[in-house]
Amino acid sequence: MNRYLTLLWNGLIPENPIFRLALSLCPAVAVTVSIKNGLMLGLAVVFVQVASSCTVSIFKNFIHPRIRIPAYVIIIATWVTIIDMILPVINPAVYKDVELFIKLIVVFAIIISRLELFASKEPLGLSFFDGLGMGIGFTFGLCLVGAIREFFGAGQLYGYDVLGFQPLLVMILPAGGFFVIGFIMATFNWAEYKITGKMPKSGGGH
Amino acid sequence: MKMGKIFVKTSLVLLLSMIVAGMAVAADPGSGSFKKDKAIEISFGVPVDEAWAKNVGNFTVYEKPDPDIKIPVESVTLDSRRVTATLNFADSLNTGSEYVVEAKGVTSDGKVIGTREFLARKTQVQLLFTIFLTASLIGNFVFTKYLGLCIFFGVSQKKETAIGMGITFTLVMVLSAIMCWAFYNYVLEPLHLGFLKIIVFIGIVAIFVQAVDTILRKVNPYLFKKLGVYLVLITTNCIILAVPLLNVDTGYGSVSSLINGLGAGLGFALALFLMACVREKLEVCRVPPTFQGLPIAFVVTGLFALAFLGFSGLALF
Repeated sequence: MNRYLTLLWNGLIPENPIFRLALSLCPAVAVTVSIKNGLMLGLAVVFVQVASSCTVSIFKNFIHPRIRIPAYVIIIATWVTIIDMILPVINPAVYKDVELFIKLIVVFAIIISRLELFASKEPLGLSFFDGLGMGIGFTFGLCLVGAIREFFGAGQLYGYDVLGFQPLLVMILPAGGFFVIGFIMATFNWAEYKITGKMPKSGGGH
Repeated sequence: MKMGKIFVKTSLVLLLSMIVAGMAVAADPGSGSFKKDKAIEISFGVPVDEAWAKNVGNFTVYEKPDPDIKIPVESVTLDSRRVTATLNFADSLNTGSEYVVEAKGVTSDGKVIGTREFLARKTQVQLLFTIFLTASLIGNFVFTKYLGLCIFFGVSQKKETAIGMGITFTLVMVLSAIMCWAFYNYVLEPLHLGFLKIIVFIGIVAIFVQAVDTILRKVNPYLFKKLGVYLVLITTNCIILAVPLLNVDTGYGSVSSLINGLGAGLGFALALFLMACVREKLEVCRVPPTFQGLPIAFVVTGLFALAFLGFSGLALF
């Protein structure tokens, strides 16, 4: 049981997909103008990550290593197609904002890298929790960026007016997303430096 | 060995035929044109009755994607030959999109001819230029749509690699945009399998990249040595999937899809090159240690994005 919790925690902070692994940055900037959008895409990613991790874990012995990447892509694309049909029924308004990125989950590096590095080697239970941890970490990252941008850009949180005015309009413009992520990454680096006394090596970037 | 040759040849022929099929331009329906941005001119081909034409209730106008949102016509003027009518509107029209004008019960010399439909849009060249400009500058995929960031941050460390990646990406983008369009319109659409487009498009792109990789390795080893490294990376670039999806969703034709792909590719190449120039300089700058690497790259990209906001509203026609 303990190992499962470690995997969950691992995805949340030490290997957070967005801030530490620097994977799947496109949606992190694009849909995070509000918490709602971030949450919607995050949940979609949790679903796709868990479902495809489990699928690959179950079928790992049947997938020939030479064609594993195309096989993974097809598995991911199948689950994405399913979630792409479910979400518009649940919340059409928010879905409209994030539609393109839901479809683009297929090419999110985070999912395929977890399949390659984890699910293709480990048993079902571990893969499930690894996928869940990564998905939750991704959702956490999206919501954090979304909250900061929504608060400073629109003066709102989760659609509710908090400030009543817009302190920094630039935050909800395209540029704001880049700034916020840059500063959050720097904060993570700084925190790690304070705790461990070592400067972390910067993420690979794709 | 022989099998390999046959495979390469067959895939080449397949690729070419798909591209040619994609190039076939769809028939041009309707006749109508914009006059400034507040009027649409339509031509009936026969003289119509003035009393009928002056009644604005006879005309329904809407943007092609939203048939439910009717745009009120303010007044109608006929020319002296009573063949061409000009519909005036109170609000500015979005000349980038297509408008459908429905004329109910067209009356010519007292006889009712029936309902006619007109399509008002820019000329093909104007439209294509607008699409190109939007894809490359105004709606630059990296700086305003935030796509392809993984590759963008990964490959923009040196100018040389940035140029190599930019060229390879543009070529693959254009060809896969046109192939996805052809496959969607000639295979998926007739079979009502539109919902499979995500799986099919990513499959097409992956197969195409693999095919180019194989062919280039045999045909031109020198070029393969220069660009081969980038080919593999391209499949993970979201732009390569986003452009075909956007093409299908906005209902672009074959040439528009091609131009959209070209604009997206060149826009991405431009972004990569600009970023590489800055990052080469950053190497020798004293950046605070916590900001080194990706964080500072993000801040720089933010500044670029601000600068690219300046392109919004740019229009030559």
